[in-house]
Amino acid sequence: MTTSTVTAPLQVQPVALRRGYRFELVKLAAQARLRLVLLACLLAPAVYTAVISRQTSLPADALYGRWMNQSGWAGSLVILVFMGTSVLPLLTSVVAGDVFAVEDRLGTWRHLLVAVRSPRRIFLSKALAALTVTIALLAALVVSSIAGGLISIGAHPLPGLDGHLMGSGELTRTVLLTWLTIVPPTLAFSAVGLLGSVALGRSPLGLLVPVAFALVLEGVALMPVPVALRVALPTNAFITYRGLLTTPGQLESLWIGLTVSLTWAALATYLAYRLFMRRDFTDLAYNGAGRRFVVAGLAPLVGLVALTTGAVAAVTGGTGSGIERPKLEAALATSFAHLYVLQTRELNRPAITEGQLGATAHCDKGGDRVEDRGPGADWRCVVTWTLPGATATGTAIYQLDVAADGKYVADGDGPKEVNGFFQIRTPTGDAPNPLWQFDGFVDLLHNEQKGSP
Amino acid sequence: MHSTAVRARGLTKTFGDVIALDGVDVDIAAGQIHGLVGPNGAGKTTLLGLLLGLAMPDDGTLEIWEVRVGRALSGSARVAGFVDGPGLYPTLTARQNLAAIASLRGEAAAGVDELLDRVGLRDVATDRVGGFSLGMRQRLGLAAALLGQPQLLILDEPANGLDPAGKRQVHRVLTEVADAGATVILSSHRMDDLAALCDEVTLLAEGRVVFSGPVRKLAAESGELDYRLITSDPEGARRAADGAPGLSPVASRTSPSRADDPALVVHGSEAAIDDLVVRLVTSGIAIRELGPVVPPLEAAFLALTGADLDATTVEEESAR
Repeated sequence: MTTSTVTAPLQVQPVALRRGYRFELVKLAAQARLRLVLLACLLAPAVYTAVISRQTSLPADALYGRWMNQSGWAGSLVILVFMGTSVLPLLTSVVAGDVFAVEDRLGTWRHLLVAVRSPRRIFLSKALAALTVTIALLAALVVSSIAGGLISIGAHPLPGLDGHLMGSGELTRTVLLTWLTIVPPTLAFSAVGLLGSVALGRSPLGLLVPVAFALVLEGVALMPVPVALRVALPTNAFITYRGLLTTPGQLESLWIGLTVSLTWAALATYLAYRLFMRRDFTDLAYNGAGRRFVVAGLAPLVGLVALTTGAVAAVTGGTGSGIERPKLEAALATSFAHLYVLQTRELNRPAITEGQLGATAHCDKGGDRVEDRGPGADWRCVVTWTLPGATATGTAIYQLDVAADGKYVADGDGPKEVNGFFQIRTPTGDAPNPLWQFDGFVDLLHNEQKGSP
Repeated sequence: MHSTAVRARGLTKTFGDVIALDGVDVDIAAGQIHGLVGPNGAGKTTLLGLLLGLAMPDDGTLEIWEVRVGRALSGSARVAGFVDGPGLYPTLTARQNLAAIASLRGEAAAGVDELLDRVGLRDVATDRVGGFSLGMRQRLGLAAALLGQPQLLILDEPANGLDPAGKRQVHRVLTEVADAGATVILSSHRMDDLAALCDEVTLLAEGRVVFSGPVRKLAAESGELDYRLITSDPEGARRAADGAPGLSPVASRTSPSRADDPALVVHGSEAAIDDLVVRLVTSGIAIRELGPVVPPLEAAFLALTGADLDATTVEEESAR
């Protein structure tokens, strides 16, 4: 035997990415758990919207919950509220959080490496397959929530968050866009799921990483943190769609949210990739790398939050809570004007425009001893307007519960002719009084509220 | 066609402080079934892993068909097999597992049913692998490895969990593969698995090669053995054995639990046993049973690997 014939090291072409991707999809599609999740995504929103829309007690705490029996579009928007807080992080846990860990549980890494011959392509195949399935589940949620509402209630108009009435065409466009805006944060949580799955192996902790992240970030968002930190969190991107529900759109938070989400998605995917490529697949006893996850996974993401918070603060100057009296007054006056016009139309009174009303609001938080800024349920506002040809000025009182994320609920406190009754008597029968109780939101980043009539 | 399928020179692989392979030299001829045997932790799986390209040696060279394996996962596409289990997906059926792997490798799925038939799993082709026994998984893993007709097949403990019929089936398939010109390298910690199948074996102990060559040559390494003898006159046989040159009774190696066992165990060479047989027959003592306590291959294995022969003998006796 001789070694004289030895040639240069052989470089075998690894398996093509599309074949690896298809292989991963086949494996994911074969999981009974994922089939059940897909079925739930297809049925649950439709059933929920169809059933709740016909109840007398509506989920008024959720944005557009009080409108579920008025317009089929409201159901989809209510489902959207639940997405960021629980559903999508859970879905990304089930899909992306398990896509690498499953090979550890089954002991199939060596088999896969021998077949594919490229860890890089394995990573890409798995990441793309997980992303595909997550998007498919999200699409099922969109279709189901819209179909359930439209079939059971119909495509009736719905007021935006500034009170302006949105017709069917605008609603179709807006509702689809709102769902589209939660794709980037979903990608961010998917990437976090990949990171947990790669770093923690067969440990169940890996599966829980996206949900744990979501809970922690939601906890942070519930606290009165500076607006720069709030909008720098990827969870905030789940609610920035609210800016699409006003005219003109309040898009600054939306763009920041999308940028933050995509940055998170890119960084978390890169961190997962780096951890994956450094893994020793010959170590059968590998049971995750908790310490490495903290150092090489968690720490850079915390650093990203600090970096983006600093950048947002520098660009927008948003260091406070973002909820200030002038902004709240402008938002409330705008919504009131739009809804007053709607009420006038429903009552078949002489037509009037928002401009003619000239509505203004004066708000106070907790009396003289409390500074008029920040979230709280102790805001009290007086809205003033003037009808054309009338000498007297109309006033209405509202108690406002303003959340830290800028959403508020305005609860009418009289006079009863304007906002005192739950329903109004229209020529076609009783209908909900749009001025009795309504939702709105304050753009936390803007110093002056847009969209004033 | 290359005459040498695998050539390893000075292969060394460590995992932390553990030396898994320590300067291993091996030559494996093309077209043969070659067994890797050794006690647990001898380095068999590590060597198979290097052959599959799952890791790179810390030192030494490894050539497959005279082409040096330069980096991890850069081995030939014609190398297939498994280490540490066959790597199957329990949510897929047997057929889906094979079809998915065939698709992954860019091969036609047309031969899937034929392969299932070959390993005796055609009847359960549509059953989920999650419900398969270990033996069925091993056979399906073999079928998966055979996709694409590899020229070098590497199998780690392929006989694990197989019943006698399954073992015969796997042996038949591997023999057919070798007859078709492919090289098969398989590991086992049981000599009897390999003796019936392999042309040559490499015996590893603590990361080193202690023997490499034909199976018959390994059997010759066994030297003196313990033989178990049952006769019509145990006392007469004992007296004959005491006076026989080159033989010594081995009372201590019989099982304590079988104190009433009429068997006589003696230690000596094959020639000395022949001489004892002649003496017994001449003395009119009938021989009812005679055989090595530990088969020659296993004895060679135990001798070369330094395993505890006494403990093994007691276990074997107890099992009878």
